[in-house]
Amino acid sequence: MSTAELLADDPLWLIIVKVVAIFAFLVVMTLFMINWERKVVARMQQRPGPNRVGPNGWLQSLADGLKLAFKEDIRPVLADKWVFFLAPVISTIPAFVAFSVIPIGGEVSIFGERTALQLVDLPVGVLVVLACSSLGVYGIVLSGWASGSPYPLLGALRSAAQVISYEIAMGLSIVAVVMHSHSLSTSDIVDAQSSGWYFYLLPVSFLIYVCSMVGETNRAPFDLPEAESELVGGFHTEYSSLKFALFFLAEYVNMVTVSALATTLFLGGWRFPFVGDDHLLNSGWFGLLWFVLKTLAFLFLFIWLRGTLPRLRYDQFMRLGWKFLVPIALVWFVAVAFARYLRQEWETAGGLDTSTALIVIGAFLAVVLVIAFLLPDKREPHDPDAVPVTGGGYPVPPLDLKVPKAPPRRQVRVAELPGAENQTQEPAAVPAASHKEASDGRV
Amino acid sequence: MSLMLLAQQPDEVQRVVDTVTTGEAVAFWILGPLALAGALGMLFARNAVHSALWLVLTMLSLGVLYMVQQAPFLGFVQIIVYTGAIMMLFLFVLMLVGRDSSDSVVEVLRGQRLAAAVIGVGFAGIVVASVARALTDVEPVGLAAQNTQNGGNVANIGEALFTDYLFPFELTSALLITAAVGAMVLAFTSRTGKDAKKTQRQLVEERFRGDRPGSLPGPGVFATANSVATPALLPDGSVAAESLSELIETTAKETLDDDVAEVSGTGHQPDAHALKGESS
Repeated sequence: MSTAELLADDPLWLIIVKVVAIFAFLVVMTLFMINWERKVVARMQQRPGPNRVGPNGWLQSLADGLKLAFKEDIRPVLADKWVFFLAPVISTIPAFVAFSVIPIGGEVSIFGERTALQLVDLPVGVLVVLACSSLGVYGIVLSGWASGSPYPLLGALRSAAQVISYEIAMGLSIVAVVMHSHSLSTSDIVDAQSSGWYFYLLPVSFLIYVCSMVGETNRAPFDLPEAESELVGGFHTEYSSLKFALFFLAEYVNMVTVSALATTLFLGGWRFPFVGDDHLLNSGWFGLLWFVLKTLAFLFLFIWLRGTLPRLRYDQFMRLGWKFLVPIALVWFVAVAFARYLRQEWETAGGLDTSTALIVIGAFLAVVLVIAFLLPDKREPHDPDAVPVTGGGYPVPPLDLKVPKAPPRRQVRVAELPGAENQTQEPAAVPAASHKEASDGRV
Repeated sequence: MSLMLLAQQPDEVQRVVDTVTTGEAVAFWILGPLALAGALGMLFARNAVHSALWLVLTMLSLGVLYMVQQAPFLGFVQIIVYTGAIMMLFLFVLMLVGRDSSDSVVEVLRGQRLAAAVIGVGFAGIVVASVARALTDVEPVGLAAQNTQNGGNVANIGEALFTDYLFPFELTSALLITAAVGAMVLAFTSRTGKDAKKTQRQLVEERFRGDRPGSLPGPGVFATANSVATPALLPDGSVAAESLSELIETTAKETLDDDVAEVSGTGHQPDAHALKGESS
């Protein structure tokens, strides 16, 4: 029985239970993530981190959230009233909706009703996540525009360019996964990984996805839309109170969603590794446990990156996306398609034995090597009047540089103290030096 | 939304061909007016960004309508491509133009609005009449049966696109690539030749080849004056000639009289009435 069939006969109460459960899960994950992030980053920086509110400081983010709710809600004079109100809502709703297609567990029984731990299973599940992330950009862009001040606008423009560029890389990295699993449905993709996880079957896709998911969620080191040192707070500079809290919530929920999607696409979803489908560890509610653990691993990666890497410059960041990730994703996806085609041909032709395959690959590599050796080295053209440089590549001034003669010093008139006639001007340096030492010693 | 999405699982029921289910009717009567409201709002919004947002509403409603009518792939692609990419580009341009640029109410072409209204209504009439005439006799087949064959909706679209419609598909992509290349040609600035931008390295080398590797002395803006025309002084008290701005030095003194008067406070003073808007 497929997941779609299992979910199709869910009664209404079960759907409502699932909706509430997903909402609660995401909000609790957000509260947990904020605290966990602060604690992990604090540990990386050798300091205690939040430790006041609740046991070991674990309720700090709850207290912060309550405080945010009671703060004054400010709308700037120049802000566009309705759009300013709408923007945080638009950025939050898609973040939650995207999670509805994630399979967070296998087949379970809830109050006697057989169902799967997933809200909906669409034949186009992966596209739902992409569509939601492309709608989430509206929240950021509109907040920047509606604030009516330059920093948010700059942050919004950066963010829009960033999310659109990295969405391309992300989509291209998913294509190879879809080709392998023959389906866009998330639960089918998880099922297709029962024989092997895609992070080692499709390593390039996995790496590109991980890079682009960090870019897609505007997190460090790609957090240029809210770069504190350049743009104050980026797109949410003018927001306060609950509206700001909504942006915060959306950012963390988005992180959880892309991590969950990474788990689903590349880490086998809710499956436990090394054991078969009918093993105890893969049955019932155990799937939920493995899924949460894998998602937490990705979330830890987010925190780790933030604690370790400095922020990229904007042009370097765009170059990474367009000139590195997108071309590699394209080449990789064509290569995967070609490899699949070859395998299909071989299987229909009776298959090649291993030695023939090795010979073919070896011959191919040899041809590539020979061509690489035959290509002439690219020589640096020698420029006779090049500026001499140091070992570090910096130009040095010419050796015959004429340093202008120092002009004669003007005599500075010093007020003459009475009774100091016997002091000459020249040897004043010596007592001054000894005096300085004495004063140093005193201090 | 999830309920609605659930309701259109492909293998749920084999729908009878030309009956409209309750869910479909409800969805239509919610989404149809929304789409229409979005279109009207787009036409009548004063602000360009508001106009774009109304259009987004229309596109979203259309996307959800596609999903309700058993074309989930088309619906989500509509949202991703049109709402996510194309409208975002529109918004981008509008924001760069500026947030206060609303419609100009000055009519440049005489009778333009009347002509536009007449032609628009006429065009809409022709389209509605012809489409209605073409579609009233057609018996809807529905996608329910098709979606259960051959691996479902997505696989069927893929197969049709890459077999029967391969040539139009390739033509469309060629058109898009031409547009992209055209945009790049228009925006291209040469890296070689006369008007090429010099790299940082070239600039440094040029400076080191010249007679002054260091930087020019800045103007002598010190505590005595905050004018950029103040020259820098060398240690012996003489004026450093390189610190003088050519532009300022070649300006006749008389042209700066007003500025001097304003800075020194001897020029024209605003009278008290100026604050009330009664300029004399």
